[in-house]
Amino acid sequence: MIRKAAVYVLLTLGLGVVVTPFGWAVLSSFKPEAEIRRNPPTFWPAHGTLGQYRDLFHRLDLVTVFLNSVVVALIVVLANTLFCSMVAYALTKLPFRARGAVFGLIMVQMMVPSIVLMVPQFVVVANLGLANTIVGIVLPYLVMPLGIFLMRQFMADIPDELVQAARIDGAGEFRIFFRVVLPLCKPPLATLSLITFLTAWNNFLWPAVVAQSQDKYTLPVALAIFANQEATHYGLLLAGAVVVVTPVVILFLALQRFFVEGIASTGIK
Amino acid sequence: MSAATAARRGIGRVSRRAGPVRRRERGRRTAWVFSAPFLVLFLLMYAGPLLAGLGMSFTDLRSTDVRHPLDVNGVGLDNYQRLLHDDAMRKAAWNTFFFVVTGVPLTVVFGLAAAVVLHSGIDRARTFFRTGYFLPQVTSIVGIAVAWRFLLDPQSGLLNETLGAIGIHGPAWLADERTALPSLVAMATWRGFGFDMVIFLAALQGVPRELYEAADVDGAGRWAKFRRVTLPMLRPAVLFTVVYSTIGYMQFLEEPFVMTKGGPLDSTLSASYAIYLQFGAGNYGYAGAAASVLFLVIVALSFLQFRVLRPKHV
Repeated sequence: MIRKAAVYVLLTLGLGVVVTPFGWAVLSSFKPEAEIRRNPPTFWPAHGTLGQYRDLFHRLDLVTVFLNSVVVALIVVLANTLFCSMVAYALTKLPFRARGAVFGLIMVQMMVPSIVLMVPQFVVVANLGLANTIVGIVLPYLVMPLGIFLMRQFMADIPDELVQAARIDGAGEFRIFFRVVLPLCKPPLATLSLITFLTAWNNFLWPAVVAQSQDKYTLPVALAIFANQEATHYGLLLAGAVVVVTPVVILFLALQRFFVEGIASTGIK
Repeated sequence: MSAATAARRGIGRVSRRAGPVRRRERGRRTAWVFSAPFLVLFLLMYAGPLLAGLGMSFTDLRSTDVRHPLDVNGVGLDNYQRLLHDDAMRKAAWNTFFFVVTGVPLTVVFGLAAAVVLHSGIDRARTFFRTGYFLPQVTSIVGIAVAWRFLLDPQSGLLNETLGAIGIHGPAWLADERTALPSLVAMATWRGFGFDMVIFLAALQGVPRELYEAADVDGAGRWAKFRRVTLPMLRPAVLFTVVYSTIGYMQFLEEPFVMTKGGPLDSTLSASYAIYLQFGAGNYGYAGAAASVLFLVIVALSFLQFRVLRPKHV
């Protein structure tokens, strides 16, 4: 009994350490700059204010930047749900001689450090006339290896007989894929959507390379550039951090079951 | 047409249109069609750029040469030789090594400890703690950087205020070359252990209960059970988490990029960040050489870890 209580105390302390950086940032973002620097610090905002957020709103074109982030994330999610599932279908349900080779390519793509690719990728994007465009920002992330693994894991467990039966009934492969297999894949598709949404939303370096004007910045890019100019203006930056982090935290808390279980299934098998 | 094919042809309307052989061929073609989005993107955005990166490492390509490709000369292995004598690159290699050998064990051990305690130490609120511990994993590094810089601020940061309250004068953390890199390791561990925890939690569910019951019969204590039953059964999960976090930590770039700009005095300059700076300075050939070395080291390390940590009896 005492032992169990001690374990709960330990876990709660650990949780305290884990959430402190966020919790402290959120609380401080509602304090005026002077209070943020007060010594000793106030825990609860003594002079609660939305001033930092208002300033942020004036300093950054927050609406445009936020919308860019949403559009980038949505394109990446939609492309991955479709394309990763298609590859997984080819790898698990079609007679495919190059299966091993394609699988090898997926591994290669996972292992190449992004820094190796950055400049050559930018040269490709620039030559396609896609520099400083949303399409250029999403292009490398339309079919992510992790997504293919995830879908492949799940589709491998769908009985071949089901697909075979549909074939005997005269259905073409596209029809089988869209009408028979995809509707069965809702759980991994939920996981895939979440993972790719978070990856796209949080992605920072590549968008910073491709986006060259403010109207193409995503939230993390805008905040990073802003943090460079205003390194010590903590209140504004904390408000910015809250704006960047809050949407994904809400999404994660609401759907964490799909997320955590999905990740576990890719890692183990 | 063989008799068998002819017989199968009789089965249904569809098979009359396309026999099994033709259907199989069509299946093969469809497989290529279904893989096409991945393959096209891979060639365009990964294979091509990777080969280009390797290729330019043997040239003196600079950003100013991109418009005049004829001015570019092959320089053999010169860029690679220059790497060996570049103090900043050596410092970056050492920092990356330090980051990996401290960060990977810390992340994996904290992840494993959290998973074991959540799995067998408690029976309520498991999801609650799991969600909380995983949270840093899903948040933007830029947001995290802002929050941590505030936390570690020498004057108004929460950490030094707390230390001050118990009479300790905290260091300047990110501004001190002795504490800057360890601070980034702490931040990366904090951010990454939740991922490993989730992997270990799933693996723990696959350990058969009978093994523990048998260990109980043999009179094994808690530690013996962990050492002799749990750990060997988790070997594949340990392999995965070690390889995965090594690949990630070998490339660490965003942490110093947003937290310290590599400073103070290059104390947090990582290999990837040093390469990034060389690209930024327009030294494409030289940066390409450094990036190729990093890639080879990552591949070699992953291969080595697979050999050492691979489950022994499958």
